[in-house]
Amino acid sequence: MAQTTSHAGQKYYVPQPMAWPILGSIALFLMALGGVFAMNSMSTGWIAFSSGVMLILFMLFRWFGAVIAESESGKYAAQEDLSFRWGMSWFIFSEVMFFAGFFGALYWARVQSVPDLASMLHSETLWPGFTEHWPSAGPGFTEKFTPMGAWGIPAINTLLLLSSGVTLTIAHHALKENHRGRLNLFLFLTVALGAVFIVLQGYEYSHAYSELNLKLSTGVYGSTFFMLTGFHGFHVTMGAIMLVVVLVRCMKGHFRPDHHFAFEAVAWYWHFVDVVWLGLFVLVYWL
Amino acid sequence: MSAVLDTHGHGDHEHGDHDHHGHGPTGLMRWITTTNHKDIGTMYLWFSFIMFLVGGVMALVIRAELFQPGLQLVQPEFFNQMTTMHGLIMVFGAIMPAFVGFANWLIPMQIGAPDMAFARMNNWSFWILPFAGALLVLSFFTPGGAPGVGWTLYAPLTIQMGMGMDLTIFAVHLLGMSSIMGSINIVTTILNMRAPGMTLMRMPLFCWTWLITGYLLIATMPVLAGAVTMTLTDRHFGTSFFNAAGGGDPVLYQHIFWFFGHPEVYIIALPAFGVISQVIPAFSRKPLFGYASMVYATSAIAILSFIVWAHHMYVTGLPIGTQLFFMYATILIAVPTGVKVFNWVATMWQGSLTFETPMLFALGFLFLFTLGGFSGLVLALAPVDIQLQETYYVVAHFHYVMVAGALFSAFSGVYFWLPKWTGKMYDETLGKWHFWLSMIFFNMIFFVQHFLGLAGMPRRIPDYNLMFETWNKISSIGAFGFGLTQLLLLYIVLKTIRSGEKAPQMPWEGADSLEWTHLPTPAPHHSFETPPVLK
Ligand SMILES: [Cu+2]
Repeated sequence: MAQTTSHAGQKYYVPQPMAWPILGSIALFLMALGGVFAMNSMSTGWIAFSSGVMLILFMLFRWFGAVIAESESGKYAAQEDLSFRWGMSWFIFSEVMFFAGFFGALYWARVQSVPDLASMLHSETLWPGFTEHWPSAGPGFTEKFTPMGAWGIPAINTLLLLSSGVTLTIAHHALKENHRGRLNLFLFLTVALGAVFIVLQGYEYSHAYSELNLKLSTGVYGSTFFMLTGFHGFHVTMGAIMLVVVLVRCMKGHFRPDHHFAFEAVAWYWHFVDVVWLGLFVLVYWL
Repeated sequence: MSAVLDTHGHGDHEHGDHDHHGHGPTGLMRWITTTNHKDIGTMYLWFSFIMFLVGGVMALVIRAELFQPGLQLVQPEFFNQMTTMHGLIMVFGAIMPAFVGFANWLIPMQIGAPDMAFARMNNWSFWILPFAGALLVLSFFTPGGAPGVGWTLYAPLTIQMGMGMDLTIFAVHLLGMSSIMGSINIVTTILNMRAPGMTLMRMPLFCWTWLITGYLLIATMPVLAGAVTMTLTDRHFGTSFFNAAGGGDPVLYQHIFWFFGHPEVYIIALPAFGVISQVIPAFSRKPLFGYASMVYATSAIAILSFIVWAHHMYVTGLPIGTQLFFMYATILIAVPTGVKVFNWVATMWQGSLTFETPMLFALGFLFLFTLGGFSGLVLALAPVDIQLQETYYVVAHFHYVMVAGALFSAFSGVYFWLPKWTGKMYDETLGKWHFWLSMIFFNMIFFVQHFLGLAGMPRRIPDYNLMFETWNKISSIGAFGFGLTQLLLLYIVLKTIRSGEKAPQMPWEGADSLEWTHLPTPAPHHSFETPPVLK
């Protein structure tokens, strides 16, 4: 089915040589090197790290800017559009697998390592008195901590993200029917719901640290809790930034009812972080 | 290399209207900024060859130390750093980039596409690699040196290493980014850039194997990234993923790592199968026997590769039922692999065979990879593996798969496509020397290691019992011979580029994929700006 598109009469767009990729590589190198130095208590690392971050933001801004300009000047026909769709789908698949690794660690802690440490073999010799329970910070963790409940902020956040999925779908339909006003309104609502989610998540973290004594270092529970919700929060932030970019483009009059890959890509991404959140809500907060 | 560069202009008559590369950047900037799949493929191949030499020197340090018992040349810590970095550099720096280089050069030409689907991202995928390699090499110069934990980067050892470990972790992140972007590019190119009439089941098998390899990479590299990220946070941010006192488990690392690590074996092997599936039919002057079954076997291998990972972990205290499951699942992979081997043999059956260098390396692959597959079956048996775990038998096994399998296949591909890439023929006599010396020295290094392993010599230890001395001496001599032989490859390639005879359009009359039948030799800078017409 893919081949039919190459008859469209337009040659597949192969871009000119450009320097953004090498800038991106230098930025990644600076971030890695600076990050290593900073983690090993060498303050110069922060200089390298932050210049790397600035360089990569600059690069992404210019690179995506170039792609948007190419799109708006009509360089992308149906075949290029389909390439972008395949590319984004596979990217999201790779993200799913990244989260799968961390969900796997959560599974292992709950089903294997914590029960095993409380089993006869270990509890009689190494860790006397350690019993199987979840949330658990392991036998060597002596401080008291309170686990994060599911029915406060997390439940509200679930509602926020689910309704942001609805508003985004309404915006998409508005775009397809060329109701630009409704499109901008509901896209703005989606961004706002995402922003409230991020703020609440930040509040939840400070609450955990200051009142629940629940930290990243609170054994395997703290590790899985903060790493899973943290990476998810990072992805929501990325998704929200992408939504803002798309909103600005919508307000500038970009996209047509039949030509709006960037909108759909961001929508897929947003639904993906939504689904990951449902997994988090059930497996990290609730059960 | 220059011969590769001035090729455009020869085959340009059909795209005269589209001459924009004439005023692109020149010199070094041309290579840094290029969006051309052939330029990028060339860079991948040269990068992988350089890394191959770097990793090879490390292997020679290992073999020099093991030439005789006792500690002669290096400290045990440095020896461990050598085994670790040799593995990481050969897997991620040499073999994987070599096959990505092949993919870049060949896939657009074989499916009739103008270039890769994402030409700029293609550039980025490559240009991340030298920086990741630099991070790995830099780790030698940090306090404590490079990590000496083995290429598998097992916790809890990784938690205790110095800052070289952090550099390695970020190097793995960058390598993973590069692989994922490269794979998304390859998969999208194959799915969306085929010429009209080039249906999936008409693609050359090399494209099929890369389609499935790309899928495996996209599925597993993020998992590896997660594993090293957990290592990083355990080291610096107080998490307890691999710390039993905090409720975690070092064995968890092994599960996550091998969930990536076993498919990684096929990420390396499948493109090698693809190259062999192009070469053997060409020199048998017959179409590939059982094309469809090859496609299904490749897919079956890919699916099975996700449910066999714990065969690397038989001694970690797995329940007996789990061991049995992973043992049987692993043995099951022999079925699709056997389908492939029999298909290659059947392709040659009653063919009109000639034995030029690509075919010689393909046959070397066929014999030795099959042997490596058999020793893999031996190691798949849980009761046997418990005896052989961490011995030289394992080292011998995976070098039969990685060197005689993947590397010989890459050599075969280099000789096969060198005329297409450079427009010139390599020196056949020297090529045959390269093959026979590689073949003899390879077996000198690794065949004897089976005996060492069966006799109980542990791997990753710089000293050994006196009784192992003879075989170790033979192995070390073989290693230096093999290393020197590879300089011959460099000479042959350079000689081809400088002064090789002009290659005809079809140097191999049995080759039938589009890059031979529809494009001039050498391949023009831009191929198939308009899709070719396929019958
Ligand atoms: Cu395996």
